[in-house]
Order: sequence, then structure tokens, then C-alpha cells
Amino acid sequence: MPDVIGWIWSHTALVGRTAQEHAILSAVALLLVLATSLPLGFGLARTGRPATLVVAAANTLRTVPSLALLVIMLPILGTGFLPSVVALTLYGLPAVLLNTIVGLREVDADVVEAARGQGLSEAQILRDVTIPLALPVILAGIRTAAVQIVSAATLAVFIGGGGLGELISSGLALMDMAQLTAGALLVALFAIATELTLGTLQRSFARRFGAPA
Amino acid sequence: MIRLEDIEKRFPGQARPAVDGIELEVPAGETCVLIGPSGCGKTTTLRMVNRLIEPSAGRILVEGEDIAGADPVRLRRRIGYVIQGVGLFPHLTVGDNVATVPRLLAWPASRVAARVDEMLSLVGLEPGEFRDRRPGSLSGGQRQRVGVARALAADPPVMLMDEPFGAVDPVVRARLQRDVAEILRRLGKTVLMVTHDIDEAVRMGDRVAIMRDGRIVQCDRPERLLAAPAEPFVADFVGADRGLKRLALIPVGEAASPRSAPAGSPTVDGGASLQAALAAMLAAGAEAAAVAGPDGSAIGSVTLAAIRERARTPPAAQSPAKTGCSLATKAR
Ligand SMILES: Nc1ncnc2c1ncn2[C@@H]1O[C@H](COP(=O)(O)OP(=O)(O)OP(=O)(O)O)[C@@H](O)[C@H]1O
Ligand SMILES: [Mg+2]
Repeated sequence: MPDVIGWIWSHTALVGRTAQEHAILSAVALLLVLATSLPLGFGLARTGRPATLVVAAANTLRTVPSLALLVIMLPILGTGFLPSVVALTLYGLPAVLLNTIVGLREVDADVVEAARGQGLSEAQILRDVTIPLALPVILAGIRTAAVQIVSAATLAVFIGGGGLGELISSGLALMDMAQLTAGALLVALFAIATELTLGTLQRSFARRFGAPA
Repeated sequence: MIRLEDIEKRFPGQARPAVDGIELEVPAGETCVLIGPSGCGKTTTLRMVNRLIEPSAGRILVEGEDIAGADPVRLRRRIGYVIQGVGLFPHLTVGDNVATVPRLLAWPASRVAARVDEMLSLVGLEPGEFRDRRPGSLSGGQRQRVGVARALAADPPVMLMDEPFGAVDPVVRARLQRDVAEILRRLGKTVLMVTHDIDEAVRMGDRVAIMRDGRIVQCDRPERLLAAPAEPFVADFVGADRGLKRLALIPVGEAASPRSAPAGSPTVDGGASLQAALAAMLAAGAEAAAVAGPDGSAIGSVTLAAIRERARTPPAAQSPAKTGCSLATKAR
């Protein structure tokens, strides 16, 4: 077993920089995912054909491997932060978009009908009924996307995006097992922490709104 | 009062209108039941009254006001609405569900809270036990009761109910029908209700309108509908046992005499129907039944012959003004 702790301890500056890059890359990509797929999902949920087309497109996008998405950015946007963020955004987008559309569509039509019949305005229906009831599903999508992005950000190093992947790739190149293992371990911890944080958030919302989680 | 004047609804792309010239008036304080085969336009008719659907032609008055000029959202807050799936908000407590419209109307919190408890008690749910529960933890019948409480909460003069008891089993349903009918009558609500169930219709309706293909083919008091179906379709629809059903609507007093019944006759309550009296006689193999007063002592009797005689007597025809929906059957 390589001395992983010792390696991290003696390379705190490098670990700190790559972890920060990783976090910023992931956070920016996730914010871009939210900023695009939430409005798109809300806009499309109530349409018929356009929503079906977008769902099909998102499902297709979902099957593209993360590495392929990153590498495809090379000829288009070159290397560095921007192409990495764009690729990660595309990678995380389907999960949020699909769950937003599905979550909104699966809100019981009877409940919305009853709300309208009681005299809630369309804005009140959205705020007080549709969103709270769709929220657990939407949050599940956000959680999936966040974990996907954090994991895939490891590959950003291949197009010069930095991040914890740097430790893994240089560990491989130098056959430095301690560095390699430290990189892998940190990425795994990062992904698990993301999963746990968002999972807790999702459950607490589900409890607050009383909808079955 | 609810008044539909020559209402028509054509959905785009539909060959024939879903609602095809309906005239209907539900006088204040009365319950009118729409019934007919699936797809005949009952729900469409109902939903035009609170403007969930806009008519293609015609005019609808609620409490004397043409609703075409009303703001739909405000209009709906003045009209109670109960649907088959109940549509309770699953993420809110029972109390918050019932509080929906009072809160929309910005009642002060203390008044809302008092009203919620009052409504829950009214529909037979102990407020302390049910107020803070979620709809998911209630039985189907309890959910329906909450749905009715929610619709009544802001004391709307008019109620629309679309198969309100469709989702509960027959035993619970009979109980709900009785309770809700009693509440609506006591509060003097004007009710337009849709059902599939002819027994429910005759039990709850002051008037029953039978619909077919978007039109009302007959609108009458339940007893007249059963005694004198206007056409074979109606006779078919109310069922071959309409004679028996009609007996259920006639109190035993209408065929009873002060004579005492022969020994061995069964006893029926003075508030019972002729149908119940007949059932008691058949079960006992008797020709007559004693009728008991409120204190349980016999006050007279009813005989098989008297029931047969009463069943032969058609109910008095009403003047068109009194039926309220006579226009519905006008020649087209
Ligand atoms: N939004 C709509 N668009 C097109 N057609 C509709 C729409 N709503 C109802 N219809 C049609 O109008 C007709 C009447 O429907 P409606 O829902 O009023 O029937 P109903 O009498 O309530 O039936 P049921 O007893 O099955 O509930 C049906 O043929 C139905 O398909
Ligand atoms: Mg219907």
C-alpha cells in the first residue's frame, strides 16, 4: 500500500489547487445545467410534441460517454476551462431536464384540476401545487447530474481543464502509485460527499412537502 | 341559482358538439343531478359553470350574474367544486386542504382555523384527530368527506360535484350520499351534480336530468322520472326495476291507514319508505305491516294492496315553471 496520506501531506499546495479547480469546474457546470434545463423543462413540460422530441434528444445525449463529450470539444473549443465546462454541462443536462419534465408531468392531473376549480390562479397552482409536488423528482435529477459532473470532471485533464484528474494522469505517467491513489481517493470522496449532501437535501424537502419521496 | 341558456360546446376537431343546446335551471337551494351514458357531456356541462371550459354558444347565469363577464378565478372561489378523484393536495394536511379557499380570500388566520374545525365536524370528521393528518393516510370515504369540507369551506352558495362518490365502495357510498345530501339541504346550497348511478341520482336529486348525446332528454323530479319516463331511452336508463326504485322515494305514510295490522305482521318505522315496508312484508311472508310512530308504538298499518294502489298512481305533473328544466325538452 503506497503512503497516500503522506503524499497528500507533502503536496498540500498541489492537492489544494487541483481540488479547487475540480470544485469550480463542477460547480460552474452544475449551475449552467440548472440555468438551462430548469427553464427549458418548465417551458416544455406542458407541451406535447416539442417535449417528446426534447426527451428523445436528451436520452440520446445521455448515452454519449463523458470522455467522448470532452474530446469532441477539442476541435470546437480547443483546450482549457471553457471546453471542459461546456462538455460537463452537456453531460449533466439530460438528468435534470428529463426529471424536470417527467416530475412536472407526473403531478396528478386531478390535483391540478381541483386546485384550478377551487380558484387558484395559474401562478398559485405552479407555486403551491405543481412545484412542491414535482420537487422530489427534480431534486433527484439534480443529485444525479451533480454526481455525474463531479465524477466526469476527473477527465477534464485530458483537454487541459485541470482538476483532480491531474493527480491521476501524472501519477500514471510517473508510475507514482501514491499520487495515483491519492487522486482516485479524493475524486471518490468528492463524489460521495456530493451524493450525501444532495441526498439529504432531497429527503428533507420530500419530508417538508410530505410527498412520498 | 344556476341557469344554463341554450348552451353549446364544440371541441375543436370533434365531429359533433359535446354539449348540444342545453337549457337548465337549478333554483336556489335545490339539487339537480345530471346523469347519462359515458361521454354524453355531463362533465363538460358542469365545467362550463365554473369556466374550466368556455361554452361555444349560450349564456350561463350563477346567482343571477352572467358568468361570461366574471373573472374566472374569482368566480371559482364562489363556487364549491368536488371531483371524483377528490384531488386533495397530498403535500398539505387535511386542515390546510380545507383552508384553501378561505386563505385565497384572505380570511384572518383565527377565522380560517375555526372554519376548518367547523367544516371537519360538519362532514363527520373529528377535527382533533384529522386536522393535522395527510390525505394519504385517510380512507377513500374520509378523503371524499375532506373534499366536500374543502368545497364548502368558504360557504359558496353554489356547488358543483362531478361523481363525488365514484371512488368509494357501495356501503360507504350510501352513507356518504345520505350525509352529504343532508348537509347540502340544511345549508341551502344550490347544487349541480353529475353521477353514473341512477340510485344516487334519485336519492340526492330534487330534480334529475337525463342526458344523451349532449342533450337533456328528460328533466323531472325523481318520482316522475321513475313513474313516467318520457321515452324508451329514459325507461331503459332508469332500469326495469324503476317501479321498485320509485317506492323507495315514497314515505310509508302515503299508503298507510290508521287500522291496526293483523297479528304476526312485521313492523316498520313511520319514516321508512314503501320499498322498505314491502321488503319487510316479503321477508315475513305477510300481507301487511304495522307502522310505528316515533316512540315505537304502532300508529297504523300498510298493506300490499295499498302499496300496489299507490304505485299505480302517477305523481302529479308539475307546471313547467316549477320543473325548472322544462325548456330542456323543448322541440328542437
Ligand atoms: N378537452 C376535450 N377535447 C376534446 N373533446 C373532449 C374534451 N373533453 C371532452 N371531450 C369530449 O366531449 C364528450 C363529452 O365528454 P364529457 O367528459 O362531458 O362526458 P361525460 O358525460 O362526463 O362522460 P363520463 O360519464 O365518462 O365522465 C366526449 O365525447 C369527450 O370525448
Ligand atoms: Mg365525466
